[in-house]
Amino acid sequence: MEAASALIFGLLLFILAIIVWKGMPALSWDMITEIPGSGFYLGREGGILNAIAGSLYLILCSLALSIIISVPLVMYINFHISGKSGIAWIVRFSFDILLGIPSIVYGAFGFALMIFLGMRASLGGGIITVAMLITPIMMRSFDEVARILPRELPDTLLSLGSTRYEMSKVIMKQIFPGFITAVLLSAGRGIGDAATVLFTAGYTDNLPGSLSQPAATLPLAVFFQLGSPVQEVQDRAYASALILTVLILLLSLAARYFSSRISKNRL
Amino acid sequence: MTTTNHSLKIEHLSVSIADQRILKDINLTIPGRKITCIIGPSGCGKSTFLKSLNRMHDENPDARVSGRILLNNNDIYDRDMDVTGIRKTMGLLAQHPCPLPMSVFDNVAYGPRIHGTARKKDIAGVVEHHLKLAGLWDEVMNKLHTPASKLSLGQQQRLCLARGLATGPEYILGDEATSSLDPISTKKIEELFIRLKEEYTIILVTHILRQARRLADYVVFMYLGEIIEAGPADSFFTDPQRQLTKDYIAGSFS
Repeated sequence: MEAASALIFGLLLFILAIIVWKGMPALSWDMITEIPGSGFYLGREGGILNAIAGSLYLILCSLALSIIISVPLVMYINFHISGKSGIAWIVRFSFDILLGIPSIVYGAFGFALMIFLGMRASLGGGIITVAMLITPIMMRSFDEVARILPRELPDTLLSLGSTRYEMSKVIMKQIFPGFITAVLLSAGRGIGDAATVLFTAGYTDNLPGSLSQPAATLPLAVFFQLGSPVQEVQDRAYASALILTVLILLLSLAARYFSSRISKNRL
Repeated sequence: MTTTNHSLKIEHLSVSIADQRILKDINLTIPGRKITCIIGPSGCGKSTFLKSLNRMHDENPDARVSGRILLNNNDIYDRDMDVTGIRKTMGLLAQHPCPLPMSVFDNVAYGPRIHGTARKKDIAGVVEHHLKLAGLWDEVMNKLHTPASKLSLGQQQRLCLARGLATGPEYILGDEATSSLDPISTKKIEELFIRLKEEYTIILVTHILRQARRLADYVVFMYLGEIIEAGPADSFFTDPQRQLTKDYIAGSFS
């Protein structure tokens, strides 16, 4: 048990060490405040602000989309219809299958959908595709938290004369930390995935201007730079990975801070 | 607290859950401002009966309710009746204390807030009054803003009672309300019931005969979903009419 824990922790440290060791020298203020300059891909001036901004826009909008779908769905199958009903079973079963589909398939599906709709590679297309990838993750992990809610709580609230809406508000407060975990899990997965955005969001050296324009993303920035023969550019790939990791860390810390403040009175 | 006459009449009440008949043709008049104890072996339909009184069966799609429950001559199952209003009138004290995920203060303030029965500046007074009524004020006055889940189990149950009372009910329904508590907490809750019956009509489901003897003014004995015998506590315990009742009181089965 201790050995397994040490192994996992060691692996995490090893990955972090590699990224920091190889990426730190290439990291500079310009990296996070500038978009790529004319000679950027030859190792000269510029940064990856385009990818940072693109990734943030993409993940925040996908999360919003995914929350809009997951939260009502989880509330519905757990508290409005009995948890054992056929509908709940079908929903959980379908999401379990969606959970197992590789992200490249979502990418291909999103691409096909966009062609069908006549869309170009764009931020909007990327958002929809990433939302498809992360909704099953969010829905299923949030669902697991909702299922272990104290059985008496909904009944207690109703017997005090709460309406269903008032009941849902209190229940949301109780399961908020679990909800945050679900959001973080899907955020981590969504922001780091390259396959879904490869065809759908495209890549550009500019800041994303609108939903219908292509957007750069951090995983693709890492991918393209790592494939370069120029040593400086390869180092920058590690720097980009470092930025991506720090971004996820910051998101995670912020979310946990707010969730602990909101739910300090939970059971 | 209220000027209503506390009239509660149950007529031909039958409840089935998933096509199984749990309650069969219950007819009963609950005496106002008294403690009515419903006794009987487990599975006889006591809790199902209690749930019919605050329409909690509405939440179970498998449950079918027929018959009438007349609260001040209005059928609570009437289509025009407001369910939240009925549940506000029928305060439920459940078997296990279930505090809401909030502070002690907010637990008690919950009912008045959602029903809009107290103005914002009055709410502290309302909370204090009902915590005192539930005999909890002295123990929690210095930790009103700690999470309710930090209280002991016995305190939690009295908090649930205070929360129910603050909602402004006329009836208190206790579903084996002391069964998860220690003897001292049980005694406190029982003393509260005796004090509260001056203002409230109290209906308690219990499987502890001694508790029924201690508290009841009126006793209802149920068996397999039917009322076998009902009557004032004195005559019920000293001179039961039916053989089944005699056997149950004597402890031949439970």
